[in-house]
Amino acid sequence: MRNSWLWVALKFALLVPATVSAQEKMAQFSAPEAQAEVTLVLRSTTDIDVLQPIIEAFVVQNPEIAVTYEQWGSNALFENSLAACAGDAGSASAVFSSGVHQMIDLVNRACASAYRSEQTTALPAARRWRDELWGITKEPAVIIYNTDLVPAEDAPKTRFALLDLMRRPTSIYRGKIATYNIEASGLGYLFAFMDSLEASTFGALLEGFSRTDAVATCCSSEIIKGVSKGDYLIAYNVLGSYVDSATFDNIGVIHPQDYTLFLSRAYMIPKDGPEKQAAALLLDFMLSPRGQSLLKARNLFYAENSDASPLPKSAERGIAIEPTLLVAGDKHRREQFVNLWRSAFAQHDTAR
Amino acid sequence: MNDSGARAAVPFRTSLMSRVMLGVLALLTAGGMIVALAALAYGKQAARQSYDRLLVGAAQDIAESTKIVNGAPVVDLPVSAFSLLSLALDDRISYAVREADGTLLTGYDTAPITRDGGDLTLFDDKLHEEAARFATVARRFAERDYSGTVYFTVGHTLRARNVMAIELTKTALMGVGVAGLILMISAFFVIRSTMRPLQHMASDLLKRDPYDLTPMPTQGPAEVTVAIAAMNQFMRRLDRQVSAMRNLISDAAHQLRTPVAAIRAHAELVAEQGVSGEQQQGLERLLKRTRSLGSLLDQMLSRAMVIHRTDNAPPEPVDLRDIALHVIELEDHMVLSPEAVVELVIDGDEVMVFADEISLREAVKNMLTNALKHGSSPIRVGVTRKGTLAEIWVADAGVGPAPEVLAQVGSRFERFAASKGASAGLGLSIVNAVAEAFQGSMHIGQVEGGFRVTMTFPAMGGDNAQ
Repeated sequence: MRNSWLWVALKFALLVPATVSAQEKMAQFSAPEAQAEVTLVLRSTTDIDVLQPIIEAFVVQNPEIAVTYEQWGSNALFENSLAACAGDAGSASAVFSSGVHQMIDLVNRACASAYRSEQTTALPAARRWRDELWGITKEPAVIIYNTDLVPAEDAPKTRFALLDLMRRPTSIYRGKIATYNIEASGLGYLFAFMDSLEASTFGALLEGFSRTDAVATCCSSEIIKGVSKGDYLIAYNVLGSYVDSATFDNIGVIHPQDYTLFLSRAYMIPKDGPEKQAAALLLDFMLSPRGQSLLKARNLFYAENSDASPLPKSAERGIAIEPTLLVAGDKHRREQFVNLWRSAFAQHDTAR
Repeated sequence: MNDSGARAAVPFRTSLMSRVMLGVLALLTAGGMIVALAALAYGKQAARQSYDRLLVGAAQDIAESTKIVNGAPVVDLPVSAFSLLSLALDDRISYAVREADGTLLTGYDTAPITRDGGDLTLFDDKLHEEAARFATVARRFAERDYSGTVYFTVGHTLRARNVMAIELTKTALMGVGVAGLILMISAFFVIRSTMRPLQHMASDLLKRDPYDLTPMPTQGPAEVTVAIAAMNQFMRRLDRQVSAMRNLISDAAHQLRTPVAAIRAHAELVAEQGVSGEQQQGLERLLKRTRSLGSLLDQMLSRAMVIHRTDNAPPEPVDLRDIALHVIELEDHMVLSPEAVVELVIDGDEVMVFADEISLREAVKNMLTNALKHGSSPIRVGVTRKGTLAEIWVADAGVGPAPEVLAQVGSRFERFAASKGASAGLGLSIVNAVAEAFQGSMHIGQVEGGFRVTMTFPAMGGDNAQ
């Protein structure tokens, strides 16, 4: 196994995106010493190195399939998938995105093809829709903080604690709290939107962000690096799975005790995609016990007992894969939401 | 193979039960099919109504949450509306908010536009090539900065509706199926009880003695009574025919006796007067034949009488000893073979049976005549009681007929009698008929020191008699 991984690692190559500007990175995977017959094009919002072991194990198990992995931003991937659905762009074999509300929209627009297998039907109802969209992972949205710079008693265990922290008259946290820029990140928007549905704390949170000149920035790994370096002290609604895979030892992870959102990255097989069978194979592989254990090893599947301070079951809020998420994608609703968000984050730019 | 097939086919073809059950089954199937269609229509209707309400609710919910902001309608799309729509679990959703001129405010521009402009319209259309149902709700705004109608269209595909319709139909059909089964079972029992008089009639007919042509009791439902009455009428005609035949035989026998006796007398007279050698021989043969013809006629008469008696005379208690005594006292044997010794073997206890005295006498007479003619002296006539059985028998010291003759005697009396010209067969046939007429049986066979013919009857029993 180790040997074959070495081979895969040798074959692993980062390619500079030449033609499609929206796609961030690209990698090829194929089994060592095997002539792949089909090439599966997987477009994903997940960082390549996070999914790499899973894809490698998949191509080793299915040597006839090579995988071209394209890493996209969630909004760009949504645009691309819409275009592919309309026939204006080349379709991927499979789309695997954290922008679940966008994936719901795609399925609702009849851009997906249905597939049923033992593994997919075993999924709970909240993690599949119409047999066209499946939730593969289970990743918490967490609060992270720099353990070197944030005193242990300040570490906010709940959103209320975070609010109190932000309401202090003189705060070391001014300008040091980061969260996703919801306009740039589909996932950030989804988390914020779910927060707004989940509890009345959201308005207060926005107000707190505004008060402390919070920074809305892009991308999980950048935020995590920022917290680690001390650029930010606390980051809100960061994907827990990224924190652990980054393995920074000066970062503390908090699953908010009032409630913790859980994201299931959604997997879809586009209706016009090439190599649908290979895409279905990859789906079954990721849902199989082996795939699930690999996902767990990469922290993509939240294991209940991994945390030092275990999260009560009642505080778990899975983002269900169901058509109510269409509301998040509504034009008017989004405009209003983004305006609200902007007003919170733009205040300090203009006023101060 | 063919035989068994025919045998299997016959009861099916003729069984009224299976016919009626088949009819009931066909009726129920047809009814079930109609109910199934009705249930499906009902299920569709119910599913349509309940899901249409969801659609309207969602559309109204969205309409409610729309406000005029800065001179333009702004939709604050409510999650509750989509939660409503999500009740149709796996259905695609389409929604659109449009101004009166058709401008899309938010939603999918693929959502169809209604043709008529009522406040609430429900219509069928396509959603991504899939059949779908839509509801459009109109809301009029009359604000300072905005005036006009906004149309809220919500639709979804029909998967959940169809599933619900099928579920409802299934449930209904399950009920119908159970009811049908219960109907089938009760129909089976009802029909069976209706058929019972017919079965009774059939089994009565089967159990009947072949000579019994008396009318059957006309009981049961009208339909069966008609059949029985018809049968009784037929049996009456048959009875008339049979008795006419019997009378003919006995009359013929009776009428022939006198001429045959005259012929015999003449022949004997001629023989006594003496004729030449050859003529004498012929005459002897003629005499012999005439004698046996006479006794044959006698027996035919006695048989006709026995049959008449057994059919018509009611049985009554008879002491078998009386019968034996009476037969010996007639001293017929003196005429037939004067040199034979005839003994009576009876004891002090009476041996009662339930039979007709005259028939029994006739039978025992025949037994004795047979013994005298074919057996050898001494001949014993006896009555014995063996537990619940009473026997009256005639035994001789001879060896009896040859085994093959005996076998024939056991089966075909009349034919035997006719072919031999001797009357032994007919005699035994009378014995047999009498024995059977009174629930008894006849036995022929070798016993110690001779050959014995026995009639066995169920005894009336000492406790019964006294």
